[in-house]
Amino acid sequence: MIEVKNLYKSFDGREILHDISTRFERGKCSLTIGSSGSGKTVLLKSTVGLHKPDSGEVWFDGTLFNQAGETRKKELHSEIGMLFQGSALFDFATALENVMFPMDFFTDMTREEKMDRANFCLQRVNLTNVNDKYPSELSGGMQKRVGIARAIALNPKYLFCDEPNSGLDPLTSIHIDRLIQEITQEYDITTIINTHDMNSVLEIGDKIIFICQGHKKWEGSKEDIFDSGVPELNDFVFASKMARTLISERNR
Amino acid sequence: MIRQFFIQTGRYILFMEKVFRRPEKWKITARQFIQESDKLIINSIPLIALISIFIGAVLVIQTAGNLQSPFIPKMYVGYMTRESLVLEFSSTMVCLILAGKIGSNISSEIGTMRITEQIDAMEMMGVNSANFLVLPKIISCTLLTPLLMLMSVFLGITGGYLTVLFTDVIRIADYIQGIRYWFVSFFITYSCIKTAVFAFFISSVSAYFGYYAEGGSLGVGRNSTRAIVITSALILIFDLILTKLML
Ligand SMILES: Nc1ncnc2c1ncn2[C@@H]1O[C@H](COP(=O)(O)OP(=O)(O)OP(=O)(O)O)[C@@H](O)[C@H]1O
Ligand SMILES: [Mg+2]
Repeated sequence: MIEVKNLYKSFDGREILHDISTRFERGKCSLTIGSSGSGKTVLLKSTVGLHKPDSGEVWFDGTLFNQAGETRKKELHSEIGMLFQGSALFDFATALENVMFPMDFFTDMTREEKMDRANFCLQRVNLTNVNDKYPSELSGGMQKRVGIARAIALNPKYLFCDEPNSGLDPLTSIHIDRLIQEITQEYDITTIINTHDMNSVLEIGDKIIFICQGHKKWEGSKEDIFDSGVPELNDFVFASKMARTLISERNR
Repeated sequence: MIRQFFIQTGRYILFMEKVFRRPEKWKITARQFIQESDKLIINSIPLIALISIFIGAVLVIQTAGNLQSPFIPKMYVGYMTRESLVLEFSSTMVCLILAGKIGSNISSEIGTMRITEQIDAMEMMGVNSANFLVLPKIISCTLLTPLLMLMSVFLGITGGYLTVLFTDVIRIADYIQGIRYWFVSFFITYSCIKTAVFAFFISSVSAYFGYYAEGGSLGVGRNSTRAIVITSALILIFDLILTKLML
């Protein structure tokens, strides 16, 4: 479980996050939604310590992250799997080597075992025949999927995904969503996903947090999202025709 | 400006502290070391070889032109060519050239990794990115650049030899006698130490500027230029300091 308490973050005096408090449960997919530029990525990065919050606390299962010692922090980091919005694959390594990279550092597996594991992870994200390709030779969606394979390579306890399915076709997108949900439940992972895809919200959102201009405007379950009564959230939710149709059908 | 200087120096020292931690696994560092040596040092051989041969050739012609007096033996042309190469050209000039070649390579590579979040990704895994990325580069440069320097001396002398062979500036026997005249082996040691120090600055300073790049590709370019300017200045300053201390 990850708990964020009264988190503030600003860049050069411009406030980006304002008093965010929430909880991300273990074994559940928590989705942060919000329009572009609302502060989702900043929230995610402040949670994992890539941005230093101005004030506030982040608890990882009883460890106060900002005050944890070097070794404990390192230990936590090796339990975190993270997918960056821009994939952030290592240019110097092939797809397979990218997935093997964390194993090189933190396991004593033999090369064969590592390759088996990496192949397994790549297969889970529906990628085959790209093992020897470098990131620059992969399409954006393929890079995303290699990024996910790398994030789950070490069976993380905490999984952070920044827009895992932006740039993917609807079918692969759903597949990736289901995959994330599957491993979250299977290994009891605390999963946090940033997205603006309403499909994902309805598909896998165990808990939804809505961010608007750095403020947490709403949180709840996907069942309640249509009746939130928050105008900004309604704008967001009903932006797509599909959602409007869905809700009018339900109301009938 | 002065404040900026102290801030940057302090940050550089903290960065070095991070670089020189004990690696997670020596095997990985060793593997990286071999790759970096190939990319940074082996790849520089053709450029340094070409420049050294030509400079050696030019040095012979210029020195011969300046030593017209019949009272100075012609073998001094060979002697002075060798001394110029050993003392200054093959160490300082070669390092200034490498500052451009290796330095820009290192800072743009690491800078790009920074702005595309690859460094963040490493840190998120719990990998000490500074140690993993930078230490092999520093070791490789500091240990192997002196070999490039020795190669440069050798090829410079060869370049001079070819000039003597194909023109009639001086007799070949005079040149050879000059090359072997009054050889002080300490000058080679001095030059090796100088080169190692310069190479350390080249690799660490450009890595530093890459590591703290911000502001997209423009920032990477800006920092890469900054790295080369500052390393060049450091090379010249430490050339003076080391020469005063050692000779
Ligand atoms: N390093 C930074 N320095 C200054 N401002 C930043 C920085 N990173 C983000 N911001 C600002 O923070 C705000 C929120 O950005 P963020 O990347 O969190 O948006 P987002 O919700 O992830 O959007 P998207 O859905 O487009 O990814 C933006 O206005 C952005 O300008
Ligand atoms: Mg974002």
